[in-house]
Amino acid sequence: MSIPALRVSELRFDYPDGHRALDSIDLAVAPGERVALLGPNGAGKTTLVLQLNGVLRPSSGSVEVSGLPVRAEHLREIRRRVGIVFQDPDDQLFMPTVAEDVAFGPANFGVRGPELDARVHDALTAVDMAGHAGRSPLHLSGGQRKRVALATVLACDPEVLVIDEPSSNLDPVARRELAEVLLRLDRTMLMVTHDLPYALQLCPRSVVLDDGRVVADGPTRELLADPELLSRHRLELPYGFTLAGG
Amino acid sequence: MGAGHAHPLHLPGTSPVHRLSPQVKVLAAFMVVFCVVATPRAAFATYGGYLVLLAAVWVIAAIPPGWIGRRALIELPFVVLAVLLPFAQGGERVDVAGLSLSADGLLDGWNIIIKGTLGVLTSLTLAATTSPRDLLLGLQRLRIPATITTIATLMLRYVEVIIGEARRMRIARVSRGHDPRLLWQAGATARSVGRLFLRSYERGERVHLAMVARGFTGAMPALDERPVPRLEWTLGMLPVAVALALVVGAWATA
Repeated sequence: MSIPALRVSELRFDYPDGHRALDSIDLAVAPGERVALLGPNGAGKTTLVLQLNGVLRPSSGSVEVSGLPVRAEHLREIRRRVGIVFQDPDDQLFMPTVAEDVAFGPANFGVRGPELDARVHDALTAVDMAGHAGRSPLHLSGGQRKRVALATVLACDPEVLVIDEPSSNLDPVARRELAEVLLRLDRTMLMVTHDLPYALQLCPRSVVLDDGRVVADGPTRELLADPELLSRHRLELPYGFTLAGG
Repeated sequence: MGAGHAHPLHLPGTSPVHRLSPQVKVLAAFMVVFCVVATPRAAFATYGGYLVLLAAVWVIAAIPPGWIGRRALIELPFVVLAVLLPFAQGGERVDVAGLSLSADGLLDGWNIIIKGTLGVLTSLTLAATTSPRDLLLGLQRLRIPATITTIATLMLRYVEVIIGEARRMRIARVSRGHDPRLLWQAGATARSVGRLFLRSYERGERVHLAMVARGFTGAMPALDERPVPRLEWTLGMLPVAVALALVVGAWATA
């Protein structure tokens, strides 16, 4: 196997109050792979995500992005390589116009001039929002904001795309439109979600996190077809859904 | 949400005034106000000159005087003090319509009202012809410290989000029988304000986190650094030249 896009080894993280949030996490994601990170509230999913770009630092163990360890001296490059799309687009979109917001990331990483314009245009085109470049994020619908938030990260040209709860607060059409965009992207992707059908649609592989540990790792369809595993970790398919094992 | 979110102080347009670079307009407005403030209080004709100057800008920018007039009413609370001065101040008295007033107080009151009004009218003219985000861009290009422009940028973006949050919290309270007019229910309103503060504070943390994740290290990248054509500076400084001539003239004849 080539160098994994993401390698987490023996990762342990304690909060300052001593509470252990992550315990011996081992995880490798190959380039181009799409992996869903599943787990109940409080399982440590967001804590793990914040370890990936060095916002939080492990108490022990290590994280590597395409072979580059997450350390203070590499933070800038790590943050370019790992793009995080946060759950609430209102937290992500803070500039007066869509185009400026999309330009914010690449400009921080030193992209300027015509190349910056091209990045902004390409990222907005990738999420079908090129026609809204000059608008204020305030005037967009929930689904549009979500896609623009995705574009702000795509414009940084990340090697790993981490998306926190992509389908939350979206109506069914917006949810489907976002899925179509995500499937088209063809990038290494780690998707944190409660939305199990969404995980099945988008990610061939899933990792279940509970109480700070990886408790399952395998093909999404197999994991979701195991009702005992799901109920043990407070996961549940929507009412009326069952999956045949595959 | 759709269109119709225009800022109440901005009148979108395509006039030459609208098209000027924001930093030119900000500087011009600042200098005109400076001239107004430096004018001696008894130079009545000079103040008329400033008004004519502003009116000329309104004509070019196609701003209806009524539009400006309605928004200038914001000044009214500040006028009260100025109106009291002729009654309260001592010194030489004059009779106006049967009232004995202080001559010095009259002049002081006039001084406050006319300078305040011209200041408000100039600011409104700037706001009407420059969108809020252009104003920020102008300040940024005038090398205003980045911390200030960053805070202003974030404020511009989040003030509506926070107002929306406050509105939803109010509706949720009112739906459960809360009547904010009743004094003994003020506690709930106060707690809501506290809650709103906490929520905004937490949002601030999340926004910062999202910025850091995109490589933010404390300085906003300058995105647009096109130089302003000399013609724009010349056009923008025309009203300043007129104001300067007015104030110099006023001092020369005083």
